[in-house]
Amino acid sequence: MRVLAAALLAILAALSGAPLADEAVPTAQDPVAAKRSVELSRKLRCLVCQNQSIAESNADLAVDLRRQIDEQIAAGKTDAEIVAFMTDRYGDFVLYQPPFKTTTVLLWAGPALLLLVGLVALRRALRRQAEAPADAPLTERQRALAARLLREQTAPGSKEPR
Amino acid sequence: MSRFLLPFAVFLVLLGFLFVGLKLNPREVPSPLIGKPAPAFTLSQLHEPAQTFSPQSMRGRVWLLNVWASWCVACRDEHPLLVDFARSHPVAIVGLNYKDRPEDAQAWLARLGDPYVLSVSDPEGRVGIDFGVYGVPETFLIDSQGIIRHKQIGPVTAEVLQEEILPLIHELEQG
Repeated sequence: MRVLAAALLAILAALSGAPLADEAVPTAQDPVAAKRSVELSRKLRCLVCQNQSIAESNADLAVDLRRQIDEQIAAGKTDAEIVAFMTDRYGDFVLYQPPFKTTTVLLWAGPALLLLVGLVALRRALRRQAEAPADAPLTERQRALAARLLREQTAPGSKEPR
Repeated sequence: MSRFLLPFAVFLVLLGFLFVGLKLNPREVPSPLIGKPAPAFTLSQLHEPAQTFSPQSMRGRVWLLNVWASWCVACRDEHPLLVDFARSHPVAIVGLNYKDRPEDAQAWLARLGDPYVLSVSDPEGRVGIDFGVYGVPETFLIDSQGIIRHKQIGPVTAEVLQEEILPLIHELEQG
């Protein structure tokens, strides 16, 4: 049995190994380049399936763009050059992390701004509460009225106070 | 009263944003190529592979570059309009046959009509990447200086043609 399994495994390995070896581009065999390629493609958005990165997507375009990245790494381009290649063609939209520019100021500063507005509002609300006059003590009449109401409500068989 | 006014104003602003958001198309990514020179390329022609074409040869003319493929369903919707346009207007349409097999592409044109002055083959989609193509069909309007003036993502419709592309062509041909 074990021999049979081993033989099957060997056949499978031989079958699957051959086409894989065919497809692999030279850069993919270099672990540093492969790591760079994956890191770059994780930062880039696939334009066909917009919520996936180029690394995750299997769309044709993503495959082509991964190939572009591999080729450019092999050609000795820097990461910045490769990212510039992509944004020159597809715009800042391909970047998952948009650059800080005049058009994106609100995008980047927005959350901090909202937090600031919230803090100011909170401070004002707290201050107003602190400045409100402390509860004035009840007068004798009010106290008597409250006691009567409480008695009426808790006494068994009594009518609901109107 | 005033304690409700502020939240209500915020609510109205939010409503405005959401309403505008309803009409935005997230698939339409503005191209950074508009106003820039069309990327240079040299590709062999679909019908005569021995001959090449490059955009430089179109200098001095306003022309359209239409990215298409025989496997592209939306291209089929767009096609009759292009055939019609080619018949009724002198503006040249060059086809960029994107990631297609030449025999499929030729059969497709033979069956549905050929609106292109010529088509070029981009079997690996490399020129497509240079043009920032991500959804076929796409159409670029290129002026006499070789500058990209307009990009239509997705099929050209009669509306887009009448309201955007044709006025722009007239404007460019006047200038």
